[in-house]
Amino acid sequence: MPLIDLANPTRFLGFAERALPWLIAATLFAFAIGLTQALFVAPDDYQQGATVKIMFLHVPSAWLGMFCWSLMSAAALGTLVWRHPLADVAAKAAAPIGAAFTFLCLFTGSMWGRPMWGTYWVWDARLTSVLVMFIMYLGLIALWRSVEDPSRAGRAAAVLTLVGAINLPIIKFSVDWWNTLHQPASVFRVGGSSIDRSILMPLFAMAIAFTLLFVTLHIAAMRNEILRRRVRGMLMLQAHAQGG
Amino acid sequence: MQALRALLVRDMRIALRIGGGALMGVLFFLAVVTLTPFAVGPDPALLRRIGPAILWLGALLASLLALDRLFAADHEDGSLDLILMGSAPLELTVAVKALAHWLTTGLPLVVAVPVLGLLLDLDPLAIGAVALTLLAGTPALTFIGVIGAALAVALRRGGLLLPVLVLPLTVPVLIFGVSAADAAIVGPVPFGAPFTILCALTLMSLVIGPFAAAATLRHGLD
Amino acid sequence: MHLRGIELGCIRGGRPVFAGVSFALAQGEAIAVTGRNGAGKTTLLRLIAGLLAPTAGRLELDGGPAEASLAEQAHYLGHRDALKPGLTVLENLQFWYAFLGGRNAVAAAALETVGLGGLAGLPAAYLSAGQRRRLALARLVAAPRPIWLLDEPTAALDTAGQQRLGELMRSHLTGGGLIMAATHGPLGIDAKELRLETSPEARLASSTLAEGGALARSPASSPAQDRATSTASPFPHRGGEPRG
Repeated sequence: MPLIDLANPTRFLGFAERALPWLIAATLFAFAIGLTQALFVAPDDYQQGATVKIMFLHVPSAWLGMFCWSLMSAAALGTLVWRHPLADVAAKAAAPIGAAFTFLCLFTGSMWGRPMWGTYWVWDARLTSVLVMFIMYLGLIALWRSVEDPSRAGRAAAVLTLVGAINLPIIKFSVDWWNTLHQPASVFRVGGSSIDRSILMPLFAMAIAFTLLFVTLHIAAMRNEILRRRVRGMLMLQAHAQGG
Repeated sequence: MQALRALLVRDMRIALRIGGGALMGVLFFLAVVTLTPFAVGPDPALLRRIGPAILWLGALLASLLALDRLFAADHEDGSLDLILMGSAPLELTVAVKALAHWLTTGLPLVVAVPVLGLLLDLDPLAIGAVALTLLAGTPALTFIGVIGAALAVALRRGGLLLPVLVLPLTVPVLIFGVSAADAAIVGPVPFGAPFTILCALTLMSLVIGPFAAAATLRHGLD
Repeated sequence: MHLRGIELGCIRGGRPVFAGVSFALAQGEAIAVTGRNGAGKTTLLRLIAGLLAPTAGRLELDGGPAEASLAEQAHYLGHRDALKPGLTVLENLQFWYAFLGGRNAVAAAALETVGLGGLAGLPAAYLSAGQRRRLALARLVAAPRPIWLLDEPTAALDTAGQQRLGELMRSHLTGGGLIMAATHGPLGIDAKELRLETSPEARLASSTLAEGGALARSPASSPAQDRATSTASPFPHRGGEPRG
């Protein structure tokens, strides 16, 4: 079935119903592998002990938080440029999930920072950028909720999403531009990664697990949003059928 | 009494449903706290020192956010006319609307203080002091603010007029709120003195606010 | 119960809207206020409702509890419907019942009376203009107040809705209520006409209705009140053509 067929909401619902059980199974499996790797295979840090393993939650959730905004930006283009019927459904469904991952990143980072740096929070460039992204997620969600008509809300949110996308490169390279407390970029770096394989493998395993989790949640959320819009349409029909 | 309880329930229902009124205030509060280091620099010692002041400023501005809709929304859809024709005294009605506003906007701000205090690297004593002073002071902000809200609807200009009218009136509350919080943190002034005055200001505003707002609505509406 | 207006005048925005308007309304009677747009029909109703202060003349009310003001014994149905879109139909109605002194249990029954029975759980945002008008009418039904001040009640209603309105008004009058309605067209009930003209002379000649002098609440009525003036003809019932 070509991807374009998914543009039809009804077809998408059918696809979602069939795909979700597989996705849930795959997510659980991936987490099983990832967590085993993270907890038992990866070594403790000689300085931090076992707390370093918060990294296996913290880093993937940071990646997913940013990935989600990229996904929403693509959906925003779909809404504004191509007027794809499911684009704003995808965007609206993705926003709370991205916000949750970003919050998880901030929270795990804070918990990790306390024993390591002695403080729950510090205003360095990367943390601040992620916090700003979190605020923007919340603002986007507020925007979605404040306009009654979903398609009008979709266009406004699409514009805001694209403007916010400028924040993403800033987060990625901020550590190189400001010399601050946070660990410099060590994974995706020119010249190859600087982390040892024994940590890198579990990290990638967790990243895959998190990505599958995101996809599963996103498709489920899209399905819910489509159903919600249908209910709204039926309520409006009911109101008008009563005449007056 | 039944009438006033129904009004309280309705206002809270509306605030908690449409666009999450409570969360908007907290989001704005978070935004103000986040903007501060951009302005004054990220030095933790400095932030710790001005933390209570920043939190108070943020809470004050966030409280004012929803105030201009307090009467304007009812005025636009014709509810205000009917409220003026109710059998309950207008002063009590205004007080109930202000109470609903505080419960849905002011109180969440107080609840958000611990998290925001962590962002500013405040220690638990400081967070507790700020939270307590805000708990005592945010009702004053709301009840003073209703005067401005009533004026804004009576004069039909709303918008920026409300902050301009209300901010000067809230200055005493701000002064004593911040000084009480600082007194608890650094001393040497005992915490009790400014805190008692803060509570007195709040109690006064609970009376003056509704009376002034009711008078404005009665005589100012066209 | 008697409601009297004596030589009422009102100035809004520096402009005199009307002057020298007098009327008398007794239990079981209705007055239809007519006139061109801008003649002051809405202003007169709002003045009686207590939302505006007259610049000349006075209102007198006999009957009803002494400590209740005129406004507390009147319903005002204005151009706007006083509905909150975020609440359901039933929640909107229950609030007004509780606030205006009715009983909650009657709310659901009143919805049936105006033909909105099946829509109780619907968010009020989904209602059409006619349905919103009917919901506003339901407000009049359950919270008992003797005086009804209606501003163009038939606007936005279809034929069935206007019939229902007529029945509601008739049963209110039979129960001893008073109705004053501003309208451009036929009301559907027997009513005396109070025509507001914009020129002072025409106003004095044709807009004064006289009733025999029941004692007013305030001390000794002035002898001028006993002066007989022309009685306007009953407002044409449904079949007649509307004036103005």
